[in-house]
Amino acid sequence: MTDTTTEMDGNVAELRNTVRDPKGQGDPKSYRISKDGETTRHEDAAWADKDLKMYTRDVHVHYGDNHAIKGVSVDVRPNEVLALMGPSGCGKSTFLRCLNRMNDPVPNARIDGTIALEGENIYDKDYDVVMVRLRIGMVAQAPNPFPKSIYENIAFGPRLHGLTDGKEELDEVVENSLRRAGLWEEVKDQLHQPGTNLSGGQQQRLCIARAIANEPEVILMDEPCSSLDPVSTNTIEELIMELKKSFTVVIVTHDMQQAERVSDRVAYFHLGDLVEVGPTNAVIRDAQDQRTKEYVSGHIG
Amino acid sequence: MTDATAQGSAPGGRRIDSDAFRSRLATRRRKGAILKYSGLIAICIALAILGTLLFSIVSQGWQGFLRTNVELEITYNEEIIGGDAEDIPSGAFQEIARNGLQKALGLPPEAEDYDPSDLNALISSGVRYDLQQAVRDEPELIGRTAQLSVPVSSTMDMAYKGKLNLDVDEGRRQLSNQQLEWFNQLQDDGRLHSEFYWGLFSNSDSRSPELAGLWAGIVGSFVMIGIVAAFAFPIAVAAAVYLEEFAPKNRWTELVEVNINNLAAVPSIIFGLLGLAVFLNTLGFPRSSPLAGGAVLVLMTLPIIIIAARSALRSVPPSYRDGALMLGASRNQAVMKTVLPTALPGMLTGTIIGLAQALGETAPLLLIGMQAFVAAPPEGINDTATAIPVQIYLWANAPERGFAEKTQAAIMVLLMFLLIMNATAIILRNRFQKRA
Repeated sequence: MTDTTTEMDGNVAELRNTVRDPKGQGDPKSYRISKDGETTRHEDAAWADKDLKMYTRDVHVHYGDNHAIKGVSVDVRPNEVLALMGPSGCGKSTFLRCLNRMNDPVPNARIDGTIALEGENIYDKDYDVVMVRLRIGMVAQAPNPFPKSIYENIAFGPRLHGLTDGKEELDEVVENSLRRAGLWEEVKDQLHQPGTNLSGGQQQRLCIARAIANEPEVILMDEPCSSLDPVSTNTIEELIMELKKSFTVVIVTHDMQQAERVSDRVAYFHLGDLVEVGPTNAVIRDAQDQRTKEYVSGHIG
Repeated sequence: MTDATAQGSAPGGRRIDSDAFRSRLATRRRKGAILKYSGLIAICIALAILGTLLFSIVSQGWQGFLRTNVELEITYNEEIIGGDAEDIPSGAFQEIARNGLQKALGLPPEAEDYDPSDLNALISSGVRYDLQQAVRDEPELIGRTAQLSVPVSSTMDMAYKGKLNLDVDEGRRQLSNQQLEWFNQLQDDGRLHSEFYWGLFSNSDSRSPELAGLWAGIVGSFVMIGIVAAFAFPIAVAAAVYLEEFAPKNRWTELVEVNINNLAAVPSIIFGLLGLAVFLNTLGFPRSSPLAGGAVLVLMTLPIIIIAARSALRSVPPSYRDGALMLGASRNQAVMKTVLPTALPGMLTGTIIGLAQALGETAPLLLIGMQAFVAAPPEGINDTATAIPVQIYLWANAPERGFAEKTQAAIMVLLMFLLIMNATAIILRNRFQKRA
């Protein structure tokens, strides 16, 4: 391991400040590679902090004695799909849950570092956790509609936060959210049937619609297709491409093909470290770190 | 392993073709069958015991729902009653009833060769009060004659139901020879009938089995159940929600948990003693009152409902809670809007089962003084009261022959209430599940 690291460090040092064309096909986009600590970065342009949707700096997560996330710094740009990729247990879900403070209720969890939404630290004492989750929505791994009607599922958030005035506006929000999640045509005649009667893929789109209804700025998705069949997965993936027009999406996936299909950039995690981050093509086709190389060639995971 | 291959009879020598493999398969099948049939036998034994219990109660108790009446022609004799309908001694009506009996038996109005009290003893002592009340309600009756069906005394009732051995000597028989003759005469004339005894539900306790009913016990029991539901349910749900959703997991909450589990296993009589010491002696609740009884039953039921409510909360998938949190609900909102509604059917089921247990509880009630003869339903929560199981206990101890079948009938009534409550629990659960 030590040997590999040294060798790799050498590689990176050599490549630093060089300009690469990962596909070798005359791709107009070129990447500069740099390395700080464990992380190799493929930088395609300079992004000022003020233009970033979110950024994290040196985030550490401890569950008791378990050091689950070891200093992760990553940027999330507006209207991009950022895929957090890596083998099981690499910390990608943990990191995702930090982005909207869903780790708060976990006993023994300690989160250090900065996680900022539009330049403001969401872990700040004055930052209300309800505001965090209102601005940063989330879709869970397994579809988890409430045991209520489809309508009530969508109306839950707007009602909770008083986002709508009167029933008509609420009806409108419900319809709009379902339309944007591509579910309206399928469920418009059964809005008052239990959401739990839908198929798995429909349930997941219901959960996405439920998240959209709050009009968040960022939507976090934790392996949203892991329990779905290929057809439903395809539908959700198309939906994600559609969603990035209005939202910023951070998606956790262990499926490299999925990351390639839906994401603009990839952050590859390994055992709590952010190993490599950059545009999807760059990371997958031109991985610099040995660990990323092994993963993309199918040796890990 | 090599043995198996060596013994293998198949030419190919595959391990699954060997005798050893086949015999292992057979053993496995046999073990499976043993497990299955022993389970089946256990269920059969349980059902047989339950069936025997129910059969014995029903076969002995069904007659408790019936009461024997005798058809009499009653003349509201003006001379005996006198003028003022409001102020007639009940004794006068005893005479009127006796006259009716004399007429039915073809006896002369003036007793010559028999004791009139022997005749009085044939019909229920309650008849005179019924007649008195009838005249009070309707003074025009005076001077008229009416065909009435009046209850016979408990002894006659037992004789008619065949529960009295009439073949023994007079000295060992509850009916004298004379009375037996009258009984036979009435029976032969077809004047005796069995009727459904509604008084079992509408009358309260009485010294005479043919007049005794459960009304006071039913009212007492349900007032106490009401108190238990009103206090134990909200307290238990609040405790369960706090312990499951909000309490930090530390030594202190662990201690509370262990204690609640232990409390649920404490014998009910100990709760009775606690009630006696705390509610009666310290807080001065009235003895034998539904308030004191209810308070003791609240204590007894609380841990049961807390445990049921906690397991209902724990069975709510964490994804519901997470789903609400992800949408920006506070912890409190997540619990109130998603977790609690989902857990409610389970909580209600647990509560109703706890209430059913409280309904059948006797020992703690006896300790707080609920063992007296109470002939009227309580008028308030501080009034003296009784309860159905206490009534069963009292009747089971009563010396009169007629109370034996009444006891069985009361047990059936209690079981019926328990059955209704458990059915309600099931229906509620199913309805909530359907809605979800």
